Amino acid sequence: MNRPRTPGRWLSKTAVNGALVLAVVYMLFPLVWLLTAATKDAGGLLAGDAFSFEGFDLGGNLSRLASYNDGVYFHWYANSLLYAGIGALACSLISVAAGYAFHVYDFRGKEKLFGLVLLGVLVPTTALALPMYLLASEIGIVNTYWAVLIPVLVNPFGVYLSRVFCAGYIPDEALEAARIDGAGEMRVFWSIGLRMVMPGFVTVFLFQFTAVWNNFFLPLVMLSDQKLYPLSLGLYAWNSNAHAEPDFYPLVVTGSLLAVVPLVVAFVSLQRHWKAGLTAGSVK
Amino acid sequence: MVVPIGYAIWLSLFTEKQSGLGFGGTETVFTGLANYTAALGDRAFLEGFGVLLGYCLLYIPLLLAGALGLALLLDSALARARRFFQLALFLPHAVPGIIAALIWVYLYTPQLSPVVRAMDAGGIGFDFFSPEGTLPSVVNIALWEWLGYNMVIFYAALQAIDRSVLEAATVDGAGAWRIAFAIKVPLVKASLAMVGLFTIIGSLQLFTEPLILNKGTGSAVTSTWTPNMYAYTAAFDRNDYGLAAAASVLLALTAALLSFAVTRLTGRRKSGGARKEKTA
Repeated sequence: MNRPRTPGRWLSKTAVNGALVLAVVYMLFPLVWLLTAATKDAGGLLAGDAFSFEGFDLGGNLSRLASYNDGVYFHWYANSLLYAGIGALACSLISVAAGYAFHVYDFRGKEKLFGLVLLGVLVPTTALALPMYLLASEIGIVNTYWAVLIPVLVNPFGVYLSRVFCAGYIPDEALEAARIDGAGEMRVFWSIGLRMVMPGFVTVFLFQFTAVWNNFFLPLVMLSDQKLYPLSLGLYAWNSNAHAEPDFYPLVVTGSLLAVVPLVVAFVSLQRHWKAGLTAGSVK
Repeated sequence: MVVPIGYAIWLSLFTEKQSGLGFGGTETVFTGLANYTAALGDRAFLEGFGVLLGYCLLYIPLLLAGALGLALLLDSALARARRFFQLALFLPHAVPGIIAALIWVYLYTPQLSPVVRAMDAGGIGFDFFSPEGTLPSVVNIALWEWLGYNMVIFYAALQAIDRSVLEAATVDGAGAWRIAFAIKVPLVKASLAMVGLFTIIGSLQLFTEPLILNKGTGSAVTSTWTPNMYAYTAAFDRNDYGLAAAASVLLALTAALLSFAVTRLTGRRKSGGARKEKTA
């Protein structure tokens, strides 16, 4: 759309980009605050002026974070990595396998079953958390790693996304050729299908990793042993103390900053993948 | 997915009763729909739905208009640095809901916050924890988390519009505003409906943000402020699992009814949608 240059165009250009910049400021301001606040001791924080360097104590915050309660923070960090890493890996494998099956095979009631999967996307997850807790306490896995890992293995949206990706990435001819060469169905999936749909796999993994890393309600319901907490729950517990003990504020703020870093890095470096996921969800 | 729902319905039909004088432990008695009538008869539970209604009325129009508006701006021929804007606006989604809530609660707290200070200095004192302040406080946190995410969805839909349609409109003399509202917006209606649907479902689950506001800030948010908080409090503060299960079932039922209504209203069957669930 090329139109002649006029002063009016320059004005609207400024207005459009100015509005976008304002929105970006709104989005990034709290993150910048988190960054500067993490460098302050409790006194500096309570002085309220987060953007000055008064009471600069980033090193002290980090070492207190590492040493408080025998380094329980990094224990939580490891737990989060475990829940999100293993959970998301297993979940993506299951989702891609299911999506692949929906794409490649024909079986009776296939579309009905897929409709059921789509319906699953609509079920509110937190409404399920409580029943899951009651179920978990029935089989006796409440307050174990399993209580958090098992429920995150299934993700209807991942299955839906995988099917869309399989349809986009895997040509039938490739599978046919492999079968003619004598590969069994399992072999075809592992060495042809999975490999071709790898970008989709990464997308599902990224979304599930984020979801589990950010998960709060499920662990809140399931876990009571501090040693099993993920970061979200641990920070929540610390925050509950902060109102009585202001010394907790720097711990919570610095701990939050470190908890955000991996996801920000992942989203910045894997832009292609989350955009692909959102696009597949909205356009197709 | 089916098992927990089934189990919840089953549980919601029973109540644990203290037998005799409280000796000999508890026994579980079948009480039919008593838990449902108890939940529905409880003012706190119903008020939770009232809060949700107010929240949705404020939050959803702001979110849809904001996200679509930003997407249209980004899609217009005038925008620069599109990749950067997309990434920067999306970034809050990478922040766990609990941490987003913590950051904002700190930004609401007068002793800690440069924002409250600046507002006071500017003569607009606003107490984010007062009864009138709570709803805007929670809506603001939710907007911050979800605006960019939904903007990316709308932007993707806008980018998928056939460019020749837009060029034809330009040739016919339509201006940028006209093109945006007469052509682009109607063409992304499906995405709009889908995002609306997922936002409603997400809103029904409202829990994390008000919970943080509830804990020790002196805010007017109570422990049963939303239905989800009601269910949580029933289960873990009062150990009334039957009531909690009934509240969960009622919440899921509301979600089902609303999604049905929205899909019906928008007239078309959607084949799916982007993730919009708060794994709170």
